[in-house]
Amino acid sequence: MAKLPLEGVRIVDLTVVWAGPFATQILGDLGAEVIKLENPHVWQTYTRGIRARPPKAMLDGALPIFGGYPDGEPGDRPWNRPPTFIHLYRNKKSVAVDLRKDWGKEFLRRLVAISDVVYENNVPETLEKLGVTYEWLKSIKPDIIFVRVPAFGLAGAYRNYRALGVHIEGVTSHTRYRGYTDMDPSANTDIYAADYLAGAQGAFAVMAALLHRRRTGEGQLVEIPQSENALAMLAFPLMDYAINRRVRDRVGNRSILGHAPQGVYPCAGEDRWIAISCTSDAEWSGLCRTLGHGEWAGDPRFATMAGRCEHHGTLDELIAAETRGHEMRALTERLQAAGVPAGPVLDARDAMEDPHLRARGFFYRVPHEDIGEREWPGFLFQLSSTPLSCRQPPVRMGEHSAYVYKELLGYSDEEYRRLEEAGEITMDFDPSVP
Amino acid sequence: MEPGPLADLRVIDLTHYIAGPYCTKLLADYGADVVKVERPTGDPCRTLGPFPGDQPDPEKSGLFLYLNTNKRGVVLDLKSERGKEALRRLVATADLVVESFRPGVLDRLGFGFQALQAIKPGIGLVSISNFGQSGPYRDYKATDLTLFAMGGEMYSMGVPDRPPVQQGPLVALVQAGAAAADAALALVFSSRFQGEGQHADVAIMEAHAAGVDRRAQCIVAYSFSGLVNYRVPGFGAGFPGGAYPCQDGYFHLSGGAAHWNRIVRMVGEPEFLEDPKWTTPTAQNDPALKEEFDAFFFGWVMERTQVECWAAGQAAHVLCAPLYTTADIYGDPVLRERGAWQVVEHPLAGTHEYPGRPFIMPRSPWEIRRPAPRWGEHTAEVLGEVGFKPDEITGMTSPGTR
Repeated sequence: MAKLPLEGVRIVDLTVVWAGPFATQILGDLGAEVIKLENPHVWQTYTRGIRARPPKAMLDGALPIFGGYPDGEPGDRPWNRPPTFIHLYRNKKSVAVDLRKDWGKEFLRRLVAISDVVYENNVPETLEKLGVTYEWLKSIKPDIIFVRVPAFGLAGAYRNYRALGVHIEGVTSHTRYRGYTDMDPSANTDIYAADYLAGAQGAFAVMAALLHRRRTGEGQLVEIPQSENALAMLAFPLMDYAINRRVRDRVGNRSILGHAPQGVYPCAGEDRWIAISCTSDAEWSGLCRTLGHGEWAGDPRFATMAGRCEHHGTLDELIAAETRGHEMRALTERLQAAGVPAGPVLDARDAMEDPHLRARGFFYRVPHEDIGEREWPGFLFQLSSTPLSCRQPPVRMGEHSAYVYKELLGYSDEEYRRLEEAGEITMDFDPSVP
Repeated sequence: MEPGPLADLRVIDLTHYIAGPYCTKLLADYGADVVKVERPTGDPCRTLGPFPGDQPDPEKSGLFLYLNTNKRGVVLDLKSERGKEALRRLVATADLVVESFRPGVLDRLGFGFQALQAIKPGIGLVSISNFGQSGPYRDYKATDLTLFAMGGEMYSMGVPDRPPVQQGPLVALVQAGAAAADAALALVFSSRFQGEGQHADVAIMEAHAAGVDRRAQCIVAYSFSGLVNYRVPGFGAGFPGGAYPCQDGYFHLSGGAAHWNRIVRMVGEPEFLEDPKWTTPTAQNDPALKEEFDAFFFGWVMERTQVECWAAGQAAHVLCAPLYTTADIYGDPVLRERGAWQVVEHPLAGTHEYPGRPFIMPRSPWEIRRPAPRWGEHTAEVLGEVGFKPDEITGMTSPGTR
């Protein structure tokens, strides 16, 4: 059996929220041993839930992305069940340890000594207060790779500014660049596109640093300032500003590249929509034919791309009046058959039932001690000889403490029992945490 | 200057448009020798702009210039025998091939995964496509909008009575390109250390369905509870939350639900916020309380600029930010001083400030060694390296065939 690409790499995971855990999950999926350190006495908001023990009423009042716990119940160990976070713990191990205490620091020293990478995305001062610096890590393991993912950088006036992905979106100008053209940006839904990029590029950075270490024997400190990392996704408006000093306005669902018509149009049923893009004259006439309006293609107003851009509002009304009568998937098929880029706007249920994702085996099903057997969304990509799979179900807090303390680090049964009795090694968050 | 971490990596880049070129840009900017093979008509990205003064010019597309730094550009007609021979020789020198043809095209050209193994045993192949190399949508056409509609969590973006609205145009393609770059380096590990060349199938739709920007979470929530995430303004996560207008722009914050005490500190701890009604478990879901708070808070933000709001929020550890415009982010003195922007000189397109390094590796730095290649700029140089004589090259690459 061929080995996964990153088999043999060990990563100490000090990540929180989404951007960090997404990176270490990609590395775990690729075969690295990712060991997540969790402090049962400290609640990291946005990491295993908004609260450790959310009342059911709180879940019921929240949006499904936050409140959609298994069967709507917080359960005995709610921190192992939040839909917002738990799937990011697939292919990871979890160990309970309190890094604020001397023995916890000693634990980390022993773990770092046998690891390749330490990965964290806290506010910079957080780890420094704990004494976890690159200098300290390097004194333990000279070739360690230390990846830090601050919001705005390890240096500079915004050093300790706090941000979630959505705030990175704000600073990088993404929020002003998206949304309905006729509404205020305050109508924009919070999104986290920058977390995606920070995670994907964070995993890339780890692999690049490992390759450098293979060649030279050197480790290093890698800094991923999220606000700078996220600029890549805004290359089009940023380059327009760089070249023309033009500030791009929002285009809603229209094309920034000047293709028309493009939009999201209503379909038959409740809250059903289809996205349609015509990037050429041929695709435009394919749309006209499919919607039974060959005469639109002959209308001089719509004969050129420039004309279609100019009359986009009129086109939107004409198209929407027709799409309303069609089922979104059936219309997609007919448009595709006519060579028109189109696709249904899939909600979470549609995605889970999607025949294409099903046919490709995108979902996997695993049993989980605190959740039961469920289906989960799969992987960013697939590999031919070492298919990515769920080798470890989304990890429960402290699930691998015995393995890490005793097997990896050689703690004696006696030492382990003492820490258990002191409430330090546990699978439960302290009752005092919020 | 130290070489980049990928300095010993040679990549044949058969990608075009946006997602693929962003993947290979990451490889090139961190040191890889990326040979970009363009068709005789050029990478269509050359037609996308933005152009100086909106005058189309294939050497001046801002997107092309950004996405193709550090690559060497070769023009080959892969339908011709000479073009195929040139590609065979290039592949024989490479560690990795990255392609973004429509599924099936690479096989038809004679360079499918098995064929590549015959040319260079152990070589990796990354295939980037809209929907993957198999499945019922394999041959569907797509744009960033339709891909995000299907793969991403667009359904719950926007307001209830209106159509769902996408994220920033083209963002979805850059994200997928970054995911593909992970696949690319994973294949380098497989080839070098696990003794096996692999084929990575990167489907942009799946790169979003598995992605961390709400989509995977919403699928999990549905799988857990049968509930489908829906559109509400501001994402509904308590108050204050979302974007508020302020003196000169907008101030965005979250955190009411999670860290109410920080919000109270930010606004100067007024007496009316001491009432216990603000901290009951359901307070954050109470529209009347939200209205009462907002009536106060609108006054607070309107007395301040976005940067002042930001500073006050950060002093109280509130998760918050201004909503910058493109001009604001270019002008921000802190990012500028940190070196977020990179001046790049191009002989035809001129000198501009591009978005700079995505991350900082002091021992093996990101570096712009050359600007995006002009059309066919390195054809003679690169083909010369694989043994073509000057007279053999001339006929293959005449710009007149463009």
